[in-house]
Amino acid sequence: MEILLQQIINGLVLGSMYALVALGYTMVYGIVNLINFAHGEVLMVGALTCWSLVGLLRDAMPGLPGWLVLLVAMLLACVVAAALNWTIERVAYRRLRNSPKLAPMLTAMGMSILLQTLAMIIWKPNYKPFPTLLPSTPYEFGGAVITPTQIMILGLTAVSLAVLMWLVNSTRLGRAMRATAENPRVASLMGVRPDMVIASTFVIGAVLATIAGVMWASNYGTVQHTMGMLPGLKAFTAAVFGGIGNLAGAVVGGILLGLIEAIGSGYIGELTGGVLGSHYADIFAFIVLIVMLTLRPSGLLGERVADRA
Amino acid sequence: MAETVLKVAGISKRFGGLQALSDVGLTIERGQVYGLIGPNGAGKTTFFNVITGLYTPDSGSFELGGKPYRPSAVHEVAKAGIARTFQNIRLFAEMTALENVMVGRHLRTGSGLLGAIFRTSSFLAEERAIRERARELLDYVGIGQYADYKARTLSYGDQRRLEIARALATEPQLIALDEPAAGMNATEKVQLRELIERIRRDNRTVLLIEHDVKLVMGLCDRVTVLEYGKLLAEGTPAEVQHNEKVIEAYLGSGAH
Amino acid sequence: MKSNRFQTLLFAAALLLLPLLLQGFGNAWVRIADMALLYVMLALGLNIVVGYAGLLDLGYVAFFAVGAYLYGLLSSPHLTDTFPALAALFPGGLHLPLLLIVPLAALLAGAAGIVLGAPTLKLRGDYLAIVTLGFGEIIRVFMNNLDHPVNITNGPKGIDQIDAIHLFGLNLGKRLTVGGFELASVTLYYYLFLALVLLTVVISHRLELSRIGRAWMAIREDEIAAKAMGINTRDMKLLAFGMGASFGGVSGAMFAGFQGFISPESFSLMESVMIVAMVVLGGIGHLPGVILGAVLLSALPEVLRYVAGPLQAMTGGRLDAAILRQLLTALAMIVVMLLRPRGLWPTPEHGKSLKHFL
Repeated sequence: MEILLQQIINGLVLGSMYALVALGYTMVYGIVNLINFAHGEVLMVGALTCWSLVGLLRDAMPGLPGWLVLLVAMLLACVVAAALNWTIERVAYRRLRNSPKLAPMLTAMGMSILLQTLAMIIWKPNYKPFPTLLPSTPYEFGGAVITPTQIMILGLTAVSLAVLMWLVNSTRLGRAMRATAENPRVASLMGVRPDMVIASTFVIGAVLATIAGVMWASNYGTVQHTMGMLPGLKAFTAAVFGGIGNLAGAVVGGILLGLIEAIGSGYIGELTGGVLGSHYADIFAFIVLIVMLTLRPSGLLGERVADRA
Repeated sequence: MAETVLKVAGISKRFGGLQALSDVGLTIERGQVYGLIGPNGAGKTTFFNVITGLYTPDSGSFELGGKPYRPSAVHEVAKAGIARTFQNIRLFAEMTALENVMVGRHLRTGSGLLGAIFRTSSFLAEERAIRERARELLDYVGIGQYADYKARTLSYGDQRRLEIARALATEPQLIALDEPAAGMNATEKVQLRELIERIRRDNRTVLLIEHDVKLVMGLCDRVTVLEYGKLLAEGTPAEVQHNEKVIEAYLGSGAH
Repeated sequence: MKSNRFQTLLFAAALLLLPLLLQGFGNAWVRIADMALLYVMLALGLNIVVGYAGLLDLGYVAFFAVGAYLYGLLSSPHLTDTFPALAALFPGGLHLPLLLIVPLAALLAGAAGIVLGAPTLKLRGDYLAIVTLGFGEIIRVFMNNLDHPVNITNGPKGIDQIDAIHLFGLNLGKRLTVGGFELASVTLYYYLFLALVLLTVVISHRLELSRIGRAWMAIREDEIAAKAMGINTRDMKLLAFGMGASFGGVSGAMFAGFQGFISPESFSLMESVMIVAMVVLGGIGHLPGVILGAVLLSALPEVLRYVAGPLQAMTGGRLDAAILRQLLTALAMIVVMLLRPRGLWPTPEHGKSLKHFL
């Protein structure tokens, strides 16, 4: 039973991070019908930037408490990542909005490789340890453990989601985003500038991805230029799983996927009599996706894609 | 004796809260041009989509050429003998006009993978036949000179004619045209009418959805009027034109 | 036309003489040409799926892997070392003849194509991409982990000591001396691969100009209209997956024999992306464009490796050949798509193209 509780905790932590990244994918896809293959790399850039900033801060002001360093570094990294994503959209994706279908997708893939390669050049290819800035003594309950870092992750995710919900439901920008997501042409007739809305989507997505990236780095203790690729892909499958274009779906999909991965990799050994080990955890996301698309192609909570008629 | 080409009855279709079709049916005889009219939202295209297998009906009986058919798979319906065009023109944009019509011949030809790879003599003979027939059809509808042009480069009116040529290539028992005159100017409509009359002269049967009442009245042998998914009237154009319910539906009550 | 015929002959002669010329500069150059040819085969195979039928397959490398592992397992000591029962059956080791393996690779990969394509038939374009990507990853993970409980693929260590390709008694792994002229092993492989590529081009071209090819393109352009014309889209899509995959399988088998060693690393998502890039950058659905894309993306980065030397010195070791190759590939993908979204050499506007050549 303790194993199950532990895996549930791990799953929720993992799922929170997937949820934040999935939101970025789903918001972009809902409006411009583009799978932003480079989104996972935004996570990576955010995490690596934060790592550099943490190093700088600690050198410059050694007296600062760990949580403050982390917070400041993360916020600054969010700004950097947001600027990067905004630039990418402006320079590359905007031009291709009316191109044959495959052009934007291939550009996004190229962008993904470019970002990874540039990161490898800037930060060098080795795995770097991400310092533990929060107290490391774990809390115990019910036979399972949870570290302060993990509690922070859950808390930060909840806060981010709350802010996002407020943004989408109660602000002008949020209304503009929802209108554009439903019908871009009519929205523009109502005075909404689609360019601005799309740019905002990319910026918000970058912020969420950076938060997820920093949390990932804190939780697993390392950063490296390839760290974004697989989580990015899995987060996208989570978004499709929950219903692409649907914000609630992205969150539900992300958390469920995290739980499935954690519990699955915990029990897979027992279930298959030792034939399949936990190395297969990486493909759970895809198996879940394939099953979902076969049974219910619009995802758990239904998809919401821009009406382009 | 007139032969019945299409006989459908009792068709109902519901979409969530909307009853798109209620107990609709009609009978078309060979060589007729049959019109389906009604105000927007009456269910005409839904009806089309049901009888051609794009939508699954909640109920209904379907007979083509005297034989029952199930409108379950679109390509099966085409095989049985209903060819259609689309309201929004669905051509194969990047393929040439000739190739578009050649695709129409797919159904009635049979060479497969091995024939294609080994260029067998039967494959080559069939290809020649397909190409010739496609050219004939392009000439028949009047766009023979655009054979090698990509479909998307054709003018709107020519694209509509291409769609008709492509549908004819499948050797259908019934050719169903979904608003073929939409967006056409007066001259193009005259040409369209001539084309449809030529099709009728060649003993083909046509089902036609149209908004242009004048075109329908001048061209069709019989007409069915739909409103809110229900049958409003059925008969010759003259009968339908003087039907009180129809007048009310189109012009509002109190008009005569 | 006279000049067309002359041009074609000139081109053919250049292709035939190329390896002999490159040999003089070193075997490494011929090796680049050999790999380029294998990639051309892969790109042509994927072109059937993506270019003709319009099915976005992002996991194509899986079929390359299937062919490679089939050849690797049937022409190396791995299986006989691992399973004594097999060793007893084949005392001389497993060395299946090429003429058996190539059709087998094509068939097995083709079957895999149909199996992996089946669940995707009803999916919309983007979803299809992600699911096929998933399948590619699933295959890679299996190849990487099927070394326990039963060691089939030898996991991350891969399979080595794979037989070189033997053709009509000739061992392509050893150099051949013909009338005082020496042909290196890589050159021998070049001619074999060139022949296979030519076969692939002919098959692709014939399919393109056939009832099947037109049906595929109709599906690509408008699936609903295709169905309305009586095309059984389900069967046609499966056929596209199968045909495309079979080319990948043959290329994979050749790769295994050529390299003598394979491991799951060669069959990553990056490879699938590269092959898609070759097709799209080159000119989707247009055979000359696809070949151009494949040659550029596979050979150019390798060639630039030789430029990398001084660059590496300049940047203090941060920029090496592999990094440069990745950088250039990524930039190529972005820049070409921005400037020529239809590819470098797309199908001509008025529908006339290679038809007049062949």
